Amino acid sequence: MSESLDLRLALAETELENPVLPYLRQDRIPHIWCPGCGIGTSVNCFCRALTDSGLDLNKVAIVSGIGCTGRTAGYLNLDSFHTTHGRAIPFATGLKLGNPELNVVVYSGDGDLFAIGGNHFFHAARRNMDILVICVNNFTYGMTGGQVAPTTPVGPTQTTMPLGNFESPFNLPFIADACGATYVSRWTVYHVRQLAKAMKEALGKKGFRFIEVMSPCPTLYSRRNRLGDGVDQVKYYKESSVIKNGADTKDIGLGFQGEIVVGKFVDRERPTWLESMNDHFSHVLGDQFTPYGVKPEGE
Amino acid sequence: MTVEDTARKGKGTVFVRMEVCKGCSYCIDFCPTHALDFSKEFNQKGYHFPELNRPEDCTGCDLCGLFCPDFAIFGARWKDLDEKRQQAASQVKL
Amino acid sequence: MKADPKGVLSGVHFIDGDHAACEGALAAGCRFVAGYPITPSTEIVERFAARIPKVGGVFIQMEDELAASIAIQGGVWAGHKVMNVTSGPGLSLMMEHLGYAAMTETPCVWVDVQRGGPSTGLPTLPAQADMMQIKWGSHGDYEIIALSPNSPQECFDLMIKAFNLSEEYRCPVFLMMDEVVGHMTERVNIPPADQIEITDRKWTTKKPGEYKAYATTSEDLVPEMVKAGDGYRIHVTGLTHDERGYPAMDVPNQAKLIPRLLNKIRNNTEQLLDVRMDGCDDADVIVMSFGITSRVATAAIEAARAKGLKVGNLRLIICWPFPVKLIQQLAEKVKAFVVPELNMGQMVLEVRKAVEGKVKVISVPHPGGTVHEPETILEQIIEAAR
Repeated sequence: MSESLDLRLALAETELENPVLPYLRQDRIPHIWCPGCGIGTSVNCFCRALTDSGLDLNKVAIVSGIGCTGRTAGYLNLDSFHTTHGRAIPFATGLKLGNPELNVVVYSGDGDLFAIGGNHFFHAARRNMDILVICVNNFTYGMTGGQVAPTTPVGPTQTTMPLGNFESPFNLPFIADACGATYVSRWTVYHVRQLAKAMKEALGKKGFRFIEVMSPCPTLYSRRNRLGDGVDQVKYYKESSVIKNGADTKDIGLGFQGEIVVGKFVDRERPTWLESMNDHFSHVLGDQFTPYGVKPEGE
Repeated sequence: MTVEDTARKGKGTVFVRMEVCKGCSYCIDFCPTHALDFSKEFNQKGYHFPELNRPEDCTGCDLCGLFCPDFAIFGARWKDLDEKRQQAASQVKL
Repeated sequence: MKADPKGVLSGVHFIDGDHAACEGALAAGCRFVAGYPITPSTEIVERFAARIPKVGGVFIQMEDELAASIAIQGGVWAGHKVMNVTSGPGLSLMMEHLGYAAMTETPCVWVDVQRGGPSTGLPTLPAQADMMQIKWGSHGDYEIIALSPNSPQECFDLMIKAFNLSEEYRCPVFLMMDEVVGHMTERVNIPPADQIEITDRKWTTKKPGEYKAYATTSEDLVPEMVKAGDGYRIHVTGLTHDERGYPAMDVPNQAKLIPRLLNKIRNNTEQLLDVRMDGCDDADVIVMSFGITSRVATAAIEAARAKGLKVGNLRLIICWPFPVKLIQQLAEKVKAFVVPELNMGQMVLEVRKAVEGKVKVISVPHPGGTVHEPETILEQIIEAAR
């Protein structure tokens, strides 16, 4: 009797594993990200969002570019693609159009998505390609040692802006909004619950969806600018963030250590690229056209 | 990972995989009830890891689990843990 | 397996090489193309865009060549057969993704309708000057296969062969057309679907859990494949990777992976031999050519034979891997090789390398923009036979 009780307790204990572990390639953990880096926190939120989304994980694919955040694909226990620098979005476009049944998520950094990959972002949003793009914005090129990024605010020092950055940065939600994204939000890694909720919401929506996640780079951006550790940056996010759902995206650009507007800014419906193609060809070609990637009813 | 259910002082508890912790202190600084502290010991990689020093304050809210960039900690409520155990036990009986 | 009749436009057609190439791709089972317009290749994707809605598939015009050349690879991992169509300047932009396809062993066909270069060069005029770029243009060591058609009929036939080889070897396979072949209109015979042999993807029969994405055996260096969405939870990376596909950036893994990527093709150079030979057995001089230049060379060879010279005609269908052994065997018997090509001397370097100075190798270069005059080649044949 007591033996079977022990057995039961042992069984129960084996179930007490971190709820995110099944979403990770556990044989690859610990990951390469520095102590205090926020990318892992965003991935943690993404795993919770996957749980809550109720999606069939065999039909979720993740695509990353190059850089620190680009390594995300390699840690998630999904069909995962670590592509070339800046090209995660076009790869994801091919994957989604190749198999429209897949829920395709692009998970990459600000340099990858908005410098070298900027053009692809604009066009995928314009076409309303049915993918979710999560951009972890740490305001720098982490993997290569802290160079100026298209998101670096005016002021802070970067290795290629040794006297402080004088270039104007992008306002990422504004770009996504202007290009036609159906869902746009910004959160920081301090806002873990809101971020996980936003990711879940975006996973369940159609069209080109965009989430900006502000995240500290303690090793390069913070250290070089005497901003303390990762946790100090997250404290700054906590203190300086204002939630303004529905804010006009043109007003929410980020300054150096200034106010951070977070929230959901855009949530609208537009036909996706594939829906538009199917509608158009059905209209023009009639019976000669069989809609692509649409399961016949009853299957 | 063991369940220290001998001393159920709070509503919940935390589980730490100290070997993957990188000592970022997110969990410690953002614990809503300030129940965690750094350990005095180091892990294999030379980092201090979190310890539940005020178990009576832990609500098992799992905010530490959400914050942790290294998947090294998570929290759970005793109520939920007991339910899980009961489920497991009933499965063994069957 | 046999071709899917939906994509096969059986019958006799009077079409140019670009259109024939598109029909070859459709017959081979290509149902996804992400393209970007560039002269003189654009007609291939234009025809694909017009044909695909009724065949069943997708065409998308991307924002640039970088996007096109990686979007097609996304299509492959979703389960499609794909084609990447471009010309010189576009090909230069696509070089990183050539390496990605080689490294990740993504089967795909790349069509280069060659024009004069470098840079913007001669957009509407022919060249054969990208032969070394496809072999060496992406960084690091890799191997590809390249085929060279000299007629619209061959654009159709060799396109199917290119698709089949890409599936067999899981590597990028090039169809090296040129502006003349692309825009030349001739009779093209498209056979019934049941007469077209198609190589299926090397799908694994293993279950998730037992399957390793890049596991191979010593006998078979080409790994089995799966696609996204089937529950295998694969990881694909351009980083040096282990058998599971996980990044493994160290000397032992590099030493295992890179030789395998090369040897899966190099070890099969004999099987990949595809040449046309005429009168080579008792020849004193052999003219080696490929693509459009082979048609001019044939005229020159006939003129030389009319003068009583013993001239062999060797045409490469598969240019890469280069048929080193064949050239070496021929070098034992002949006095000289003559190599006309629409570039300033590219494939001739391979001939020189193979013969190791044993016989004369005469380059007949041409900067491109038009084809050789047969007389230019004839002069060199006479010189070689002396």
